[in-house]
Amino acid sequence: MLLTIVTEHWWDIRDLSNLSAKIAELIDAAGGPHWLIFVVTGLLGAGGIIAFIGACAVINIWVERRVVGRMQSRLGPNRLGPFGLLQPVADAIKLMQKEVLQPKTASGLIFTAAPIAFTIPGIWLMAVLPWGRNMVLADLDVGVLFLLAASSLGALAVFMAGYSSNNKYSLFGSMRAIAALVSYEIPIVVALLGVVLFTGTMRLSGIVLFQEHYWVPLLLLQPLPFLIYFISISAELNRTPADVSEAESEIVGGFHTEYSGMKFGLFYAAELINAVVVSAIIATVFLGGWWMYKVDEVVPGWMIFIGKIYAVYFLFVWTRGTLPRFRIDQLLAFAWKWMTPMAIVNVMLVAAEVLLWEETGWSAGLLLPAYVVINNALAVGLIVAFVRVFAPKFQRFPTGLRMYSNIDVPALPAVHPADAAPVGTPAS
Amino acid sequence: MIEDTGIVVAFWVLALTTVGCAAMVAAVRELIQAVLFLALSFIGVAGIYIVLSADFVAVVQVLIYAGAIAVLMTFAVMLTPAADRKNSETTFAGPALVLAGLVLSVIVFVAYDTSWNISGRAAFPSTAASLGEAFLKPYVVPFEVASVLLLVAMVGAIVLTKEESADA
Amino acid sequence: MPDLPLLASVKLEQVLVLGGFLFAIGLYLSLAKRNAIGILMGVELMLNAVNVTLIGFSRFVVSPRPLDGQVFAVFVITVAAAEAAVALALAVAVYKHRDTINIDEIDLLRW
Repeated sequence: MLLTIVTEHWWDIRDLSNLSAKIAELIDAAGGPHWLIFVVTGLLGAGGIIAFIGACAVINIWVERRVVGRMQSRLGPNRLGPFGLLQPVADAIKLMQKEVLQPKTASGLIFTAAPIAFTIPGIWLMAVLPWGRNMVLADLDVGVLFLLAASSLGALAVFMAGYSSNNKYSLFGSMRAIAALVSYEIPIVVALLGVVLFTGTMRLSGIVLFQEHYWVPLLLLQPLPFLIYFISISAELNRTPADVSEAESEIVGGFHTEYSGMKFGLFYAAELINAVVVSAIIATVFLGGWWMYKVDEVVPGWMIFIGKIYAVYFLFVWTRGTLPRFRIDQLLAFAWKWMTPMAIVNVMLVAAEVLLWEETGWSAGLLLPAYVVINNALAVGLIVAFVRVFAPKFQRFPTGLRMYSNIDVPALPAVHPADAAPVGTPAS
Repeated sequence: MIEDTGIVVAFWVLALTTVGCAAMVAAVRELIQAVLFLALSFIGVAGIYIVLSADFVAVVQVLIYAGAIAVLMTFAVMLTPAADRKNSETTFAGPALVLAGLVLSVIVFVAYDTSWNISGRAAFPSTAASLGEAFLKPYVVPFEVASVLLLVAMVGAIVLTKEESADA
Repeated sequence: MPDLPLLASVKLEQVLVLGGFLFAIGLYLSLAKRNAIGILMGVELMLNAVNVTLIGFSRFVVSPRPLDGQVFAVFVITVAAAEAAVALALAVAVYKHRDTINIDEIDLLRW
């Protein structure tokens, strides 16, 4: 019977909430209990989201490797299938048939639970995002705060993985990762606080409706929070340029050194899933989600949303292919000395703007373009000011030759009489 | 009194999970497993808050307790490598158990014996906006004092763990 | 209203008993554990139990300002975070001097 409903209304795929309304009608007509509607529609929505996420995890393996390859002037995977499209299948089969090694001294339960605990908060985040005008799985009133809370649970999973491996490289990796995760939570919170101040609501569907009502994506109105959020969430996702926790050239594998087989596959998939979810969040909050300037009356909103997700994901892959990796102290200094002050200045300015808007009651058509100009000017000005003040001087040309004999080397402590002569003694 | 079937089922499942995880904190033999079970019980308590229609406090609980305090505890365990990692009890375990049982029975007796002034009101519609107003109108002084308290705690924690610099 | 059986409804008494269980377990942890971090875990559980009862009261009891319970609970969470930070800093500082955070061994003010 469900099948006939779907085939009758296939043209109405623009708004999938009609399907859940139909199901509610069916259940009420059949005299079922009221809570069954919530269970059925919830399961359907969750199933759809998990199907999308699973498909994305598979497709993004190919997207990432191919696009990064092209950016680095090489071909990327091209042997399996046309354009290497079957590469994810090969990767999955390879990981599944590998032996899952577990060190004997590793705590069994935590070792196994860590990849699962890493994946789950990422999937939770998709529940609050709107896919269409009425298509939200869980339209929480505190949606933005839920995003922040669920992303802060990832730190615990990273610790579980690193500690339970009983391996000093894993422990180093997880300590570095947690330090970076915790430091970058503050710029994320304060950047999204600026957005919430402007739109006046923490509900994500409300934020999209704000952008639809005023015909402006929040990217233009709040460029600085977009930049801060983008950079900080790259650090939270452990993506290059901020992947100090899994820098293969530095600490072997970081917190997933000891994982092999499908457990490592789950970590890998979880990173891709987190990247997709974060792209979806940026697409909703800053780019307008399912809305696009009247196009969403022709094209279904969720298709526009998926397009925007992949556009933002391309940005993430672009930064990965282009930028070198931070050092851990550079990464933490960046969070505390650059991101946090900029985010706080932005919040103060946004509060002043919103106050001006509310108190004077001038029309939005007058004020919002002015705010766009002011906010963009502030973003550029702040970045230039910070670079002038905080960045070390860039030496474009060396100012002179550095003679080897002019280098002042301190004397080594003499452990053995033969070691008493230091290496670079200036010629006396 | 809440009667919707779904909410009652959710309450009982979450209550059993929370109390079970809290009991496991006491019972497991490894300190790290105890900290992780504690984080799970914090999330269970957040679920209870949602059942009692306190959605803002629930999300704040997950963000601060499970996301920050549990991570703090794991950091403390990592920064004390030579300390004993077994979650063992002192000699006061027996009397402590008796005392805990007595406290529990007193609380249960008082809970069932008092005639509470129950109001039949429905669940709160959404608490974030009204809580924000409450923080800025009647409770603005405790709000500001709490921010000073957090500053003092931050400075105190840094001073306590600062290393003696070699050129002091 | 008719008295529904225990499992069919959520009443204030059940929320208070849940809070009582958590408080009792927290009390046991903070009295019986040997590790300083174990004691801190007990204290945090007790604070959670108090929050649960506060929110239960705010939901069910007659009050001129029913949201006061939730405001109080947020303040308790804030103070608990500050206190956990300081307590763990203390534990780490004591560890630096005594190489242990076992309270059975930290029982002299100076040696």
